[in-house]
Amino acid sequence: MNISEMTALEIGAAIKEGKLTATEAAEQVLDAAEKGNDKVNAYITICREQALKRAAEVQKKIESGELTSPLAGVPFSVKDNICTKGIKTSCASKILGDFAPVYNATVIQKLEDAGAVIIGKLNMDEFAMGSTSETSYYGAVKNPWDLNRVPGGSSGGSAAAVAGNMAAVTLGSDTGGSIRQPASYCGVTGFKPTYGTVSRYGLIAYASSLDQIGPVARDAADCAAVMDIISGKDSMDGTSLEMDYPSYLASLTGDIKGMKIGMPKECYSNSGLNAEVAGKTKAAAKVLEEAGAVVEEISLPFLDYVIPAYYIIAAAEASSNLSRFDGVKYGFRSENYSGLNDLYCASRSEGFGKEVKKRILLGTFVLSSGYYDAYYRKALKVKSVIKKQFDEIFSGYDLILCPVAPTTAPEIGKSLSDPMAMYLSDIFTVSVNIAGLPGISVPCGKDSSGMPVGVQLIGPALGDVNVLNAAFAYQQRTDYHKQFTEVQ
Amino acid sequence: MKWEVVMGLEVHVELATKTKIFCSCTTEFGGEPNTHCCPVCTGMPGTLPVFNRQVLEYAVRAGLALNCDITRYNKFDRKNYFYPDLPKAYQISQLYLPFAQNGHVDLKLKSGKTSQIRIHEIHMEEDAGKLVHSAYDDSTYLDYNRCGIPLIEIVSEPDFREAEEVTAYLSKLKSVFEYLGISDCRMEEGSMRADVNLSVRPEGSTEFGTRTEMKNINSLRAIERAIAYESKRQIELIEDGGKVVQETRRWDDAKGESYAMRSKENAQDYRYFPEPDIPPLSISEEEIQHYIDITPEFADAKAERFMKDFGLSEEDADIIAASKNLAYIFEETVKLCDSPSEVRFWIMSQVLYYANEKNLDLEKLSISPEKFAEFVKFITGGKVTRQAGKQVFEQLMFGGTDFDVAAYIKENELEAVEDTGLIDSTVKAVIDANPKAVEQYKGGGTKIMGFFVGQVMKQLKGKADPAAVNKAVLDALEKL
Repeated sequence: MNISEMTALEIGAAIKEGKLTATEAAEQVLDAAEKGNDKVNAYITICREQALKRAAEVQKKIESGELTSPLAGVPFSVKDNICTKGIKTSCASKILGDFAPVYNATVIQKLEDAGAVIIGKLNMDEFAMGSTSETSYYGAVKNPWDLNRVPGGSSGGSAAAVAGNMAAVTLGSDTGGSIRQPASYCGVTGFKPTYGTVSRYGLIAYASSLDQIGPVARDAADCAAVMDIISGKDSMDGTSLEMDYPSYLASLTGDIKGMKIGMPKECYSNSGLNAEVAGKTKAAAKVLEEAGAVVEEISLPFLDYVIPAYYIIAAAEASSNLSRFDGVKYGFRSENYSGLNDLYCASRSEGFGKEVKKRILLGTFVLSSGYYDAYYRKALKVKSVIKKQFDEIFSGYDLILCPVAPTTAPEIGKSLSDPMAMYLSDIFTVSVNIAGLPGISVPCGKDSSGMPVGVQLIGPALGDVNVLNAAFAYQQRTDYHKQFTEVQ
Repeated sequence: MKWEVVMGLEVHVELATKTKIFCSCTTEFGGEPNTHCCPVCTGMPGTLPVFNRQVLEYAVRAGLALNCDITRYNKFDRKNYFYPDLPKAYQISQLYLPFAQNGHVDLKLKSGKTSQIRIHEIHMEEDAGKLVHSAYDDSTYLDYNRCGIPLIEIVSEPDFREAEEVTAYLSKLKSVFEYLGISDCRMEEGSMRADVNLSVRPEGSTEFGTRTEMKNINSLRAIERAIAYESKRQIELIEDGGKVVQETRRWDDAKGESYAMRSKENAQDYRYFPEPDIPPLSISEEEIQHYIDITPEFADAKAERFMKDFGLSEEDADIIAASKNLAYIFEETVKLCDSPSEVRFWIMSQVLYYANEKNLDLEKLSISPEKFAEFVKFITGGKVTRQAGKQVFEQLMFGGTDFDVAAYIKENELEAVEDTGLIDSTVKAVIDANPKAVEQYKGGGTKIMGFFVGQVMKQLKGKADPAAVNKAVLDALEKL
């Protein structure tokens, strides 16, 4: 049985029915990952031996009835900023060297307990800082649809691996669009859950108040199946929410009759928005309308302020979060130093890449005494205004529909030379993180050069089920998520 | 010119919660290096702090005891700086909303003078690890056992004018926190650490001079020495036409001097910002009321009561009540033997003598009130003299839990000599053996009385009632 174009749930079902073993599934994904990686560079680490050993154990437990999860035996791959016990976790940075955590992130533990099998660790922008997956110490990730283009970022490896059939399902992290934007560029489905519904324990922090782990998959149903496993209150994460968690997969009815969806006019009047992207996402709105949703124009007046607020908050938190990488305890230490201060300076200067250093400097600056009020405090005020305006919108609407990114995937090398343009391309995604909302990117067509376009659905906090269900309804009526590419 | 010394204190106190502030590692002191730690308190990538709410309980109770306003909505902030003992490269602390503010502590000084020290604020934070410098080469090792031990930092207003106020304040904090059971406040083990901010100004001046901050002072005696040294240094500097530089100084107790660590110009910018990993904590009115309701009786009230109920002098009552453990031993023993003055006598003489002699922590002393009371009854019943009792009391303090008062007295033949015949014959023997002393007595040297009594007591191994011996000696001498 060839699983390369199957969803994670289909693979899980086939294993359960005895049509396929966990070992065969793992072998196929490992082969594809190893074969495609020369071209796509989606993986930093592929764990063949561990994966096969684990798959054999899991297979036994499935046969004995011990493992019953719909994803038991399913191969999965993980962004390299999520800690995996004993497996190198690099954040695509030189500074972590061959660091292998002594513990599993909560999401990894939960997936392993459910019987999923880790295939490898995925490439990304260094410390998740970037929108193109070009800032990796391990080299740029390529877009399987066109190897001259970026896959988006920062979870570029997570999206490219799914798009290139090098992974069945993956985990990414989303701080300002890092799951949704690469999903959009690669023609796959990427879900960013409500802040606090998935434990961040074991996610190497970029910006703690914005980071959230989520799935990248072939479709919304796979995303829901992963959410069933990875969501939940975690005593190891103080920001994880204490509540009754829904059954995400079981809630996918495809019925969206009467659902009220708002389309922000500011998104569509944005000068950077590509006309083809505008057209495809509007067409997606039509599909939902035909399915019974009510689509209306709304206003997001704060859109001009989200990029500066986001980059101040994210950089400030990053400058603090990344201070622990100092060459003292683990990872890379420069050989050229004399004395403690020099050890810090040399290790960090040599260990961090350019984009990371830029954001650390920015974050250090905005937190410095004398500047805190002008930048950081003001950004927090913008954050509370954005939250309030979203609350107002969601008092009248169930979802917001807008593009994920203003354009389709740019060519490699174009973005980093114009960083302001790259930062501005996050305009439709960052407000979701600032307000802690759930959002999904769903493939909705191709542009004239054959590159995928994604549409974004955003819900109110804890409206995850509605977001997934609307995406599910859309995918019941379209086949953009079933279009595959062969890595050339 | 006369100078006035102005001081403010920053006191760090480790809270005695069972587990650390942001993880479930033990807070126990000591242990092999890096055995009381986990991925969280060693700041491994990806780990997150989860607040131990017992820390807030202990902190709030400390704040209430120091008469502070309690913040109902608490937040943590990050204090960023690089140092190897701080594995996250930031300390989780409170800058913007400390949990307690505007308190005060009333002090009673030896002269009988009272003074009040205002508390500016108290905040919660985590402790850092320790650097261990190798004795063999120039390498440095890290021990993260102390990382994440909960601390409160008590920041006073610049209200101290003399060293005695400083030591009285620290003793008071120790006493209050011991009564609350929230810290053992051992300066020697670092569970209470004081930084002294000190400046001098001409007497009568209302403006503050430039201050220095002294760190690494780990006993009350060292604090007195450090204050004396630093005041003298600043006064001499100014009188010689120099200027005090605002700086942090490290006290070297062995050398008896302080030296500059870093000046204000090189001061770090800690880039404080709200800690995003810990949600704000709120405290309900009910919770605060509960802490008020369970507030124990503190030393001052206890001392008043000891004076009133047991007739103790103010000095004795203050000393006994200052220590939670001593006050407990005193009160429980008195309950069982109903002889407060005798119990007081043994505590003030023997317990404090040994504590001082052997440098014991009063809070760690274990004296069974039952055995203490049994012992006191031997004394008050005239069965054992105080002289002989000292030997028994030493065993009571150090003889372990199996010590048996009655058996020990019997085995060592420490019962008082009640046999008047034996006393009389001993007196006679002493008089006979010291004809010169008898001559002196006859010549009007009544002071020689004490010599005879002493000799008799010595021969009776201190086991006779001194009053009875005194009478017997007097009678015998009169009869000569």
